[in-house]
Amino acid sequence: MMSGKTEAQASGSFMQDLSKVLRQNIRDYGMYIALFVIMFIFAITTNGIFLSPRNLSNLLNQTGYIAVLAVGMTLVIVIRHIDLSVGFLAGFLGAVAAIALVQWGLPTLFVIPMVLGLGALAGLITAFPIAQLGIPSFVASLAGWLIYRGMLQLATEGTGTIIISDAAFNAIGNGFIPDLPLGGPLEQIHSLTLLLGIVAVGFFIYNELNSRKKKIAYGFEVLPNAIFGLKLLFISGIVGWITWVLANFNGLSWTVVVMLLVVGAYHFITTSTVLGRHIYAVGGNPEAAELSGISVKRITYIVFGSMGMLSALSGILFASRLQSATTTAGTLFELDAIAAAYVGGVSAAGGVGRVTGSIIGALVMTSLTSGMNLMGVGIAYQYIVRGVVLAAAVIFDVATRRAAR
Amino acid sequence: MTTAILEMRSITKEFPGVKALNNVTFSVKPGEIHCLVGENGAGKSTLMKVLSGVYPHGSYTGEIGFAGQVQQFRGIRDSERVGIAIIYQELALVPELTVYENIFLGNEVRKGALIDWNETIKRATQMLAKVRLDVNPEAKIKDLGVGKQQLVEIAKALSRNVKLLILDEPTAALNEDDSANLLDLLRGLRDQGVTCILISHKLKEVIAIADSVTVLRDGQTICTLDAHEGEVSEPVLIKHMVGREIEQIYPPREHKQPGEAVLQVRDWSAYSPSLGRQVLRNVNFTLRKGEIVGFAGLMGSGRTELALSIFGNSPDYRIEGELQVKGATRQLRRPSDAIAAGIAYVTEDRKGNGLILIQDVKQNITLANLRALAQRSVIDTNAEIKIANEYRTAMNIKTPSVEQRVSNLSGGNQQKVCLSKWLFVKPDVLILDEPTRGIDVGAKYEIYTLMNSLVEQGMSIIMISSELPEVLGMSDRVYVVASGRITGELPSSEATPEKIMELATN
Repeated sequence: MMSGKTEAQASGSFMQDLSKVLRQNIRDYGMYIALFVIMFIFAITTNGIFLSPRNLSNLLNQTGYIAVLAVGMTLVIVIRHIDLSVGFLAGFLGAVAAIALVQWGLPTLFVIPMVLGLGALAGLITAFPIAQLGIPSFVASLAGWLIYRGMLQLATEGTGTIIISDAAFNAIGNGFIPDLPLGGPLEQIHSLTLLLGIVAVGFFIYNELNSRKKKIAYGFEVLPNAIFGLKLLFISGIVGWITWVLANFNGLSWTVVVMLLVVGAYHFITTSTVLGRHIYAVGGNPEAAELSGISVKRITYIVFGSMGMLSALSGILFASRLQSATTTAGTLFELDAIAAAYVGGVSAAGGVGRVTGSIIGALVMTSLTSGMNLMGVGIAYQYIVRGVVLAAAVIFDVATRRAAR
Repeated sequence: MTTAILEMRSITKEFPGVKALNNVTFSVKPGEIHCLVGENGAGKSTLMKVLSGVYPHGSYTGEIGFAGQVQQFRGIRDSERVGIAIIYQELALVPELTVYENIFLGNEVRKGALIDWNETIKRATQMLAKVRLDVNPEAKIKDLGVGKQQLVEIAKALSRNVKLLILDEPTAALNEDDSANLLDLLRGLRDQGVTCILISHKLKEVIAIADSVTVLRDGQTICTLDAHEGEVSEPVLIKHMVGREIEQIYPPREHKQPGEAVLQVRDWSAYSPSLGRQVLRNVNFTLRKGEIVGFAGLMGSGRTELALSIFGNSPDYRIEGELQVKGATRQLRRPSDAIAAGIAYVTEDRKGNGLILIQDVKQNITLANLRALAQRSVIDTNAEIKIANEYRTAMNIKTPSVEQRVSNLSGGNQQKVCLSKWLFVKPDVLILDEPTRGIDVGAKYEIYTLMNSLVEQGMSIIMISSELPEVLGMSDRVYVVASGRITGELPSSEATPEKIMELATN
């Protein structure tokens, strides 16, 4: 997550190295810093309630359905498009899942892949006029916004809210992973969560050391030793702390597991694969990408298809969390996802933006809501504060990019 | 001898690193048609931009006298006010507005705060009669052909009581009838007292219409000739246009017997529905193994369109003809097909569609051939850095690291990144479109040396260039392109600037 670029392996002191690495990567680290500041402020103003295990666990679960949308939206914005249809698409597909479970009596294990497939199909349909005819994505997806809103109402018209009673399905939004049956001193603690956290930290450290060794073998520049150590310590510390907090409550929720899987997969695809590189190339300069043998159309279909699939996932998470499908599910999700992506450092000019950043962006936005709720701030003020944070994030982003030039 | 209506004295205009105009003197008599000719980059358009105020007073040195007064234009509005109108090749009309709205755009006929549409239409009709254009003034511009649009532009200029009308390559996009029509109209306007400056590459046209001709070359005035004294003929103009010694800036290379044909193009024609005209007509050429073939011609002659149509990047063209790569007939529908067939195309517009400026050097170099670095589509980023560093050394790309953004590199180094990207594809045929445009002499020499060593290794190169010395200095053979056709083929031993210019202005 915090892979630092090194321009030169300076022989200077630790503090010099640190300030240099921070300065060079201020854009990447900016939103992490923002998240810390926000959490710190709320920790004080709520007398620590904000950082309580229960609240943090809730916070992560609330972020889930926006976070997966923000991941997909990141790629859509990277290729210079927008998708406004995702909110009601999520709502509509959540209703489809509910109908399939409740009225058709289909099993959860069948319903979930079916709905994800429908979502991908819906994304491809949105992409068609954009890729084939050059229709602006704003207009094409606005049409989708209207259509899916209508379809959501049709789906829930007869019955109103559809209550879902399938336990397996509802666990996705409300359940936690099972605990290991351990006694002794670990009885009060969710030991599987703890175990997973330890494995994750170990895996992370092994991976970092390995890649550093390879880089040194190739003779490439790497972070100075002290900074590298600090980075390992810092990230391990954060992961360890979150694990500890969650393990002291109910452990990892299924929502967080889903979120981690999605982020992990998309982070890998965008940073390490040919497809990911092609997506950023199309965003950076579509004409140059096309002339380099990359099909801009194909990339457009893939990105919108993935967006549709993640909309379906968002719809599943939301319906499962509410244990029902409602007529207004999905309202304004698209704008929350877009805001999260922008707070996370995506550039509207295209070609710039990280999946991990958008997740942080989503966490920032949910933290604001959660923290202000705890403080008892009125909803009207909450909107204003979130608006100001969004504007500040984008201004910070543009300003640091200018400075980097 | 009447006094001049326009007198431009000692005009010098510099761009960073280039002197576009060097002490140019240009004088136009009232009521004449004065043609301005010269090679690409000779400074014709720059001179007209100085005159019309696009480059404001103070950004150049020298003096402009118009209608007996010294003028200091700060913008186009100033020059328009005194009666100078310039009509560019790219027409400045609003397609969705009507003919009469366009004619009076920015110069509306007012009645109080409102526009007097009835009066507008009445006056527009008069203007259209003046340019002998028979269209409904309420027609939309987009529904007219290019020739008629040009006449609307002239009508627009006339509506502002133009005294000096400047036309930049007005017939470049016109067919012969429309061209003849336009020239006729210009003669008519001259007889009504409108002075006209005409920039044209078509020398026959120049000879047919000019009262005087000024030749520019390398930013300097070479001479002004009087057509009525019999001074103007095609050979004379060509001699003045190209008359420079070719400097020895090309690395030596022995012209070897070329190998078998690697690329053959037969009866290649392309029609563009969006432009509404034939872009390429019956093009035939052959490229053999180990040779550099130059494609000479003037801007807009269709060379880039030819290259892109071969490379599979002309989605809206209707193409007829046959393409053979190494003896096998191929259908290259998109650039990835062409790359797979062993063809690479290095664009003339590296910032526009060559590089991804926000990405770094290594990402740009590997973009067209990422799969070579990937296992199961996962990129080996260490191998990528290694490859990029190899090209950085081999091509002498000056950058602090391969993780530098390409937007921070100089033009020459950006061009080397572009070339590296296409060499990494390991092509058999390398199409270079204006490979040395906008880069300094040192980098040029490096690129020429590279081209020589590539053909030495058996690659075949098509070099599209508007710089005649470069075409002559580098090519084994030269094809000359004009108006979407190949108008001639010359072996390097027979190619001269005069012959090429003659074929190019054909």
